[in-house]
Amino acid sequence: MREPDNIEEMKRILEAALLTSPQPLALEDLLKLFAGRMERATLRMLLDELKADWAEKTLDLVQVASGYRFQAKAEYSEYLSRLNPERQPKYSRAVMETLAIIAYRQPVTRGDIEQIRGVAVNPNVIRQLQERDWIDVVGQREVPGRPSLYATTKHFLDDLNLRSLAELPPFEAFAQTEIPLE
Amino acid sequence: MEFTTNHPVKIKGEPLSALPQDLYIPPDALEVYLETFEGPLDLLLYLIRKHNLDILDIPMADLTVQYMAYVDKMKVVNLELAAEYLLMSAMLIEIKSRMLLPKPTEVAVEDDPRAELVRRLMEYEAIKLAAQRLDAMPKVGEQIEVAAAYYQQISLVKPPEVSLDDLVEAWRNVLKRAKLNQHHKLGRAELSVREHMSLLLRRLSAAQVLRFDELFDLETEGVPKLVVNFLAMLELAKEGLVRITQQEAFGTIYVQANSAG
Repeated sequence: MREPDNIEEMKRILEAALLTSPQPLALEDLLKLFAGRMERATLRMLLDELKADWAEKTLDLVQVASGYRFQAKAEYSEYLSRLNPERQPKYSRAVMETLAIIAYRQPVTRGDIEQIRGVAVNPNVIRQLQERDWIDVVGQREVPGRPSLYATTKHFLDDLNLRSLAELPPFEAFAQTEIPLE
Repeated sequence: MEFTTNHPVKIKGEPLSALPQDLYIPPDALEVYLETFEGPLDLLLYLIRKHNLDILDIPMADLTVQYMAYVDKMKVVNLELAAEYLLMSAMLIEIKSRMLLPKPTEVAVEDDPRAELVRRLMEYEAIKLAAQRLDAMPKVGEQIEVAAAYYQQISLVKPPEVSLDDLVEAWRNVLKRAKLNQHHKLGRAELSVREHMSLLLRRLSAAQVLRFDELFDLETEGVPKLVVNFLAMLELAKEGLVRITQQEAFGTIYVQANSAG
C-alpha cells in the first residue's frame, strides 16, 4: 500500500479519520493510520497544525480524556440545537450533587455520599449516572458489607470536554475558607 | 363494628375508583413541595442564608426554632421523609443544650458543640455549588455537538492463517488413521515429490477446494506415499501454488489451488 510522503497528505489522512470517527481517537489509534511509520512527537505536531488549519472554520479540533475529536464551534450550538428540540432532560439536583461528590471525592461509597448530603441515596440516582456511563464501580471498600466504590469515567470527562479531573473547576472555589471557631 | 381502610368506598352505588381532584393533593405537587430541599442540611443552609445568619457563629436557639417549624409542616404530609429531618432536629437540640451547659473548669479548651454541624454544612454547600457548576458546564449532547461525517466502515477481510502446528496436528491425524489401515505391500514404489505436486494440483483444479484429509487416501496408500503427498503439498504451498486455510482453531483445513486470480 502507498504511504503518504508529505505533511499535507498526512494531515488530510488525520482529518478524514477524525471527522469520520464516532468517538474520540487516541494517539495510539492515530498512529495506526501510518502503519508504524510515525513518531508520536511528529503526530502531535501535525495535530497542532491541523487544529490551527481549522481555526477559521466551523469545527474545533479538541483533546478530551479519550483522545482527539472534532466538534462544532460553540457559537453554532444554539442553531444546531434547533435540529433536535427534544433535548436530554435536566438532571435533578440529587443526581448532580451525587455526581459532584463522586467527581471531587472519588472513589466514594454510597455511605460517603449519604454522609455529605445528609439524606439516603436513591438507587435511581446511581443508576441514571451509570446508564449515562459517567460513573462506574472501581472496587469495594474492605469494610463490613464491602460497599462499592464509585468513580467517574473517561466518558464523563469526554462529555464535559475535559482531558483530566484536574481540569474540573477547583473545589476550593466552592468551599469557604475555614475560619476556626472560638 | 369493623373499621377497615381497604373497604371499598361507594358513592351512589358506584365504587370510588379515584380520589376526587379537589380534595386530593396530587403526589406530584406533594413531591415538588418536599423536593424543594435536598434533605435537612439543605434546609438548614436555606434558613441560614435566608436569614443572613453567620454560618460560623450560628444562633442555635433561633435556627432550631425555625427548623422545627418547617419540619412540623413536613410531618403533616410525609412522615417517612421526615425521618432524616427528625434526626437533625435531635442533633440541633443536643447542640443547643450543650451550649447552655456551663463549661467544666478542668477542660481548658472545649470544642464548640457546633463545630461538626458547621463542617458538614460547609462541605455540603461546597458540593451544592460544585453540582450547580457541573450542571452549567457545556456537555456533549447538550451544548457540544461532536462532528461525525458519514463513513461506511470497511474492514479488510483477512483469510484465516494456518500455523505450522495446525498442519503438523492435521498430519498426525492422517498418520494415525493410516496406521489403522496399514497394508503390507511388496514391490518398489517410485515416489517423487514433484510428481505428487502435479497430481495434487490436478485434483485441486478439478475440485476447486478439498478438505485436507480428502487429499490422503488412507485405504490404498502406504505411509511413504502419504509422506510424499504431504511434502508435495508443503512444496506447493511454499511455491504459492496452493492456499491452505482454516476457519478456526482446530477446525477443518481446506486446500485450494491458487490459480484463481
